[in-house]
Amino acid sequence: MKRNTWLVLVISAWISSLAFAFTPKNPECIAPAGAGGGWDFTCRSVGQLLFELKLVPQQIKVTNMTGGGGGVAFAHVVAQRNEDANLIIAASPATTLRLAQGQFSRFSENDVRWLGAVAADFGVIAVKADSPYKTLGDLMAAWKADPSKIAVGGGSAVGGQDHMKVLLLAKAAGIDPRQVKYVPFDGGGQAITSLLGGFIQVFPGDASEVRAQFEAGTVRVLAVLASKRLPAPYASISTAKELGYNVEWIVWRGFYVPKGMPIEAYEYWSNALKKLGQSSQWAKIRQDNSLGEFFMAGAPFQVFIARQVSAFRNLSKELGLIK
Amino acid sequence: MDTLPLLANGFSVAFQPLNLFLVFIGALVGTLIGVLPGIGPISGVALLVPLTFALRLPPESAIILLAGIYYGAMYGGSTTSILLNIPGETSSVVTTLDGHQLARQGRAGPALAVAAWGSFIAGTLSVLGLMLLGPLLAQWAIRFGPAEYFALMVFGFSTLSALAGKNMAKALVATLFGLMLATVGLDPQSNVARYTFGQLKLYDGMDFLVVAIGLFAVSEVLMLLEEKASGATKAAVGRVYLSLKEFLFSLGAIFRGGILGFLIGVLPGAGASIASFVSYTVEKRFHGPRGRFGQGDLRGVAAPESANNAAAGGAMIPLLTLGLPGSGTTAIMLGALSSLGVNPGPQMFQQHPQVVWGLIASMYVGNAMLLVLNLPLVGLFVRLLSVPRWFLLPAVLAVSFIGVYAVNNSPFDLLLMTLFGLVGYLMRKLDFPLAPVLLGLVLGNLMEINLRRALAISNGDWGVLFSGPIAITLWALAVLSLASPWVLSRFAKRGSLDDAEV
Repeated sequence: MKRNTWLVLVISAWISSLAFAFTPKNPECIAPAGAGGGWDFTCRSVGQLLFELKLVPQQIKVTNMTGGGGGVAFAHVVAQRNEDANLIIAASPATTLRLAQGQFSRFSENDVRWLGAVAADFGVIAVKADSPYKTLGDLMAAWKADPSKIAVGGGSAVGGQDHMKVLLLAKAAGIDPRQVKYVPFDGGGQAITSLLGGFIQVFPGDASEVRAQFEAGTVRVLAVLASKRLPAPYASISTAKELGYNVEWIVWRGFYVPKGMPIEAYEYWSNALKKLGQSSQWAKIRQDNSLGEFFMAGAPFQVFIARQVSAFRNLSKELGLIK
Repeated sequence: MDTLPLLANGFSVAFQPLNLFLVFIGALVGTLIGVLPGIGPISGVALLVPLTFALRLPPESAIILLAGIYYGAMYGGSTTSILLNIPGETSSVVTTLDGHQLARQGRAGPALAVAAWGSFIAGTLSVLGLMLLGPLLAQWAIRFGPAEYFALMVFGFSTLSALAGKNMAKALVATLFGLMLATVGLDPQSNVARYTFGQLKLYDGMDFLVVAIGLFAVSEVLMLLEEKASGATKAAVGRVYLSLKEFLFSLGAIFRGGILGFLIGVLPGAGASIASFVSYTVEKRFHGPRGRFGQGDLRGVAAPESANNAAAGGAMIPLLTLGLPGSGTTAIMLGALSSLGVNPGPQMFQQHPQVVWGLIASMYVGNAMLLVLNLPLVGLFVRLLSVPRWFLLPAVLAVSFIGVYAVNNSPFDLLLMTLFGLVGYLMRKLDFPLAPVLLGLVLGNLMEINLRRALAISNGDWGVLFSGPIAITLWALAVLSLASPWVLSRFAKRGSLDDAEV
């Protein structure tokens, strides 16, 4: 009996020492693009708040590693930092989409471990305020009648996120995705400028991108590509699903970590993200940056990513974007 | 609109001690960023955005600081272009053409001073334009579609002969080389990687700064090595101030460059580099064979340096009136503003007048401050010429290597820079001009993508390129720019020595 008690104590002490064994030293967050972009924001805002909430003992150093739409950072992590326990890397659906389309050379989603997501933006379908398309139904009817008349302009390349949104919508409406006229612009800002100039008819952007224009009444949002309605200012806008098109586009903001990271370090980071996700400070940062609520960490997130990549892969094949 | 009370209110924001201090810091840091090749305004502003959060600055103070850096960088860009033939920023590449010739003739002082005065006058003009014509010009920016951009790029290419120097054939080869470089990377229209050889690092294409520093700076050092072996010539320091005569001589170029730069700056995506290329050519064309462009003409410094500063002011228009970024740098400012709870957009003038007018007022203050800061620096910078070049050039090169590495964290960029250094050295040896390579690289990308956008929208109808008054005007200007040297040489044989003595 006594002996057993000791054993239990020793084992539980060992387990708890395992659970608390890891504290990061000189933690680093890689933003796989230049300063000022979305990944940079993810690294900086989360890194700063983790330190302020004392979830990490030191300031997290942010490294910008540009190139290949995140591919350079991905290759760097897999090839050179695979065992690093002090490293997290910002990611989004742009990462999973490129992985699915084989654009990170020989690397796949299984070469890293997926940590979690802390916020999300949502896709929207926007037209100019004086557009003849008053509802999503109007637009889809005209589009179906003659796909060559509707120029869709997005802020990403062919095969990128904005393109995928309209392809999904076209597919849901029974329009041949190959008939969709997609014009890529250098970022959402340029696409909106072209929308206002009347050069393109539809902008499949993100809720945060069109917010200022929407509030000013210069663009009309026909639908949001979320599972449920978004908060103000979009509260009155129907989801695509409500309107009969089952299309969602969640622009999650999160992280992956090196695959060889020790399990206790992985637990440490995903716990830290969970605590951050529950904090009121994070809710405020999210709202200030027009980001919606979306949280997932640890094992469920890994499952989510595996499903997402395979869905993207099938979709890209089906749409003729990859062979 | 009752502009004056609003502006007065703006000045009361700008003159708060904290904001005044931030304008000063912004101008100072910006000038340094501008002077150092390797760190451009985009990375300079981006690197300081986190600082504005860390200091918990109110939104108007944060944007005032960032705008100060943006401006300062535009001021400082000319320094190394003139003194060392190394462009400090992409928008100061053309400045090397006449600026460095002037420095070799012992006129670095007046060249630097005219760049400072030009930046001040054009910068102030562009703030005036922003204040009075902002919303109107925002509408003109929106009217610019892919076809108009394509025509603008063609006009840009018509400037080639102005950059060519003596041998047109060699300039064409150099431009083609630039165009080839522009095709490297992931093609957004087809999602296919071109000329990347499976290197992920090449997917984003050739970084302008990497190519520019390689071609100009690295090759300059290689040339120096050779000169050193065969007895070098030392540049004279000369006078450090600008005479009234020189000032008046350049004033026209400053105004023309300023107005052109402002208008081009308003267009999202066109930017300061194109503004500087175009204004240089227009200036050269304007004077025809009477100018001494390419051999050290003050106006060849005044025009592009005024244009790039005015373009920075112009780029603020789409940002403030539409909430749309006109340049890479303003895109980062947009991100910073929205993180601070100010959503830039059509309603910003009503919702956040203290931010908008505070910023506009601070731009006046900042411009004046930069002039006061930069004119005394001219004396200091010119003295750098008495530092032996064998010390100065490698030191500048080391700083630019560090700068480029700090921004991208990519050793690959450094290798690429060295490679372009060798290419630049060979080109110099064979008497190929370097600036057209950069012209091809900058314009090539924009030209291709806008052509393909225009054709995609029109379902392949080429007529779209000539539809609309703006496009037709630009085509006409391009033809005029190509034909003018030929026409002018027939009519203006008179007095080619007119301006020579100034």
